[in-house]
Amino acid sequence: MKCHPLFLPYSRWRDAHPIVHSQKYHRMRRVCRLISKTLSKMALSSVLQSESADFSFNNDRSFSFGCRFGQTDLGFGAAPGDRLNFAIKASLGPDDKDGPERKIEFLHGTTTLAFKFQHGVIVAVDSRATAGAYIASQTVKKVIEINPYLLGTMAGGAADCSFWERLLARQCRVYELRNKERISVAAASKLLANMVYQYKGMGLSMGTMVCGWDKRGPGLYYVDSEGNRVCGDLFAVGSGSMYAYGVVDSGLRQDLSVEEACELGRRAIYQATYRDAYSGGQVNLYHVHSEGWTRVSQEDVLKLHHQYQEPKK
Amino acid sequence: MFTQVYGDNGKMKEYHYTGPVEHRFSPYSFNGGTVLAVAGEDFAIVASDTRLSEGYSIHSRDSPKCYKLTNTTVIGCSGFHGDCLTLTKIIDARLKMYKHSNNKSMTSGAIAATLSTILYGRRFFPYYVYNIIGGLDEEGKGAVYSFDPVGSYQRGTYKAGGSASAMLQPLLDNQIGFKNMEGVQHLPLNQEKAVQLVKDVFISAAERDVYTGDALRICIVTKEGIKEETVPLRKD
Repeated sequence: MKCHPLFLPYSRWRDAHPIVHSQKYHRMRRVCRLISKTLSKMALSSVLQSESADFSFNNDRSFSFGCRFGQTDLGFGAAPGDRLNFAIKASLGPDDKDGPERKIEFLHGTTTLAFKFQHGVIVAVDSRATAGAYIASQTVKKVIEINPYLLGTMAGGAADCSFWERLLARQCRVYELRNKERISVAAASKLLANMVYQYKGMGLSMGTMVCGWDKRGPGLYYVDSEGNRVCGDLFAVGSGSMYAYGVVDSGLRQDLSVEEACELGRRAIYQATYRDAYSGGQVNLYHVHSEGWTRVSQEDVLKLHHQYQEPKK
Repeated sequence: MFTQVYGDNGKMKEYHYTGPVEHRFSPYSFNGGTVLAVAGEDFAIVASDTRLSEGYSIHSRDSPKCYKLTNTTVIGCSGFHGDCLTLTKIIDARLKMYKHSNNKSMTSGAIAATLSTILYGRRFFPYYVYNIIGGLDEEGKGAVYSFDPVGSYQRGTYKAGGSASAMLQPLLDNQIGFKNMEGVQHLPLNQEKAVQLVKDVFISAAERDVYTGDALRICIVTKEGIKEETVPLRKD
């Protein structure tokens, strides 16, 4: 395999200066080799393998770092101990000092919430995406429609959430075809949690709520890139979550009507956008019921502000 | 007393020598440039400046950042020029592969979805490129898809990307999105007004952003095809 010319000078230097490693290092290498064998079967490479195999320089990169791993398209096969100064960083987030200053849009600045009640699940989100202090977009769709009866919310890295949930949609469809029945919310959330767990520690940022209705009734799971997966009746995720919790906790009852529940969700997001600088834009509201999900409303926060504040004056 | 200067990656660095400095090789560099895309009822415009810079120098005054993909789609890429070139080559190859296996050209929406997966494939060593795709969708309506470096994308009506994006986006929000204006009539954007707006907006950007200038390349996508126009900008 030809080495990429960019890395040629280093590899020549490296071969002329062999490094002797400790036992601990070699143990780590064996573990990583094992991991990389499974990496090649993982979701990311299997999606991309067929189409982009010829165009990645990733194989060359792993060669030049001196550790030949099994065929992966991912290219981050370098063992941790082998990391070089110009090595590819596992995570390139907004706090990266060396790379480009303001790179990937992260949605930690966000407010998303979902709660169960007698008629299903209400999902309410804001729509702001920030890159540092710059508002990159006020019209982000933070609810991903996985399939007609499953919804996923988006918080954290926009690309991470949309990519993995799109992959989840594919897996759910495969499940349906194989088992001739719809996938349960518990199983779907578990699929997602297991997919991202393989990338734990590599810098993925995703905090999502998987909401749906299956034969056990309304289902709501919180899944994140740290490996958490919890079932619950109420979740709020993001920088504005504390404000949203305050509103929902004080108004939540199991016997709410659909209208009242929607209004509660809407009000909670509005209050969060009012106080949290990183949340704003529009409030998108969805209702998941036994027939599937329905898009209830999309309202600009400015309009809601007039609606809620005007009567007080 | 020391002067503050900007390093290669745009961060301020002290010019006063304080001792041995460890230099790290960075695989990225920032080559500047601004890209803009606007979608109308039956047209789409993708415009970019043509300056290629690095640090304090200008490498070229004639390096446009819009690339024609198909008869109905144009992509604008700004950021690190090396990654822009590679990415457009990869997209071209994927377009050809699709054409050969499906016997038709890729639609704008399909190109956007494909680009998202290409970008995410390098999630852990991203392409340092800010992409905006402008084109016509299957119904012939204008479409603009804006991306972040790792593949998150969204369809919209207008978007500015690149070094002067923070200056241009608010202007577009006001003039095309009619944001923050009370009691105004929302007139639909026609092609002549859109082109004039794009020219004005870039002239403003060239005034205040060092990385934008030299010339403006506008690609207008209509069902008749893609028309290109070049307008000079400030060269300083």
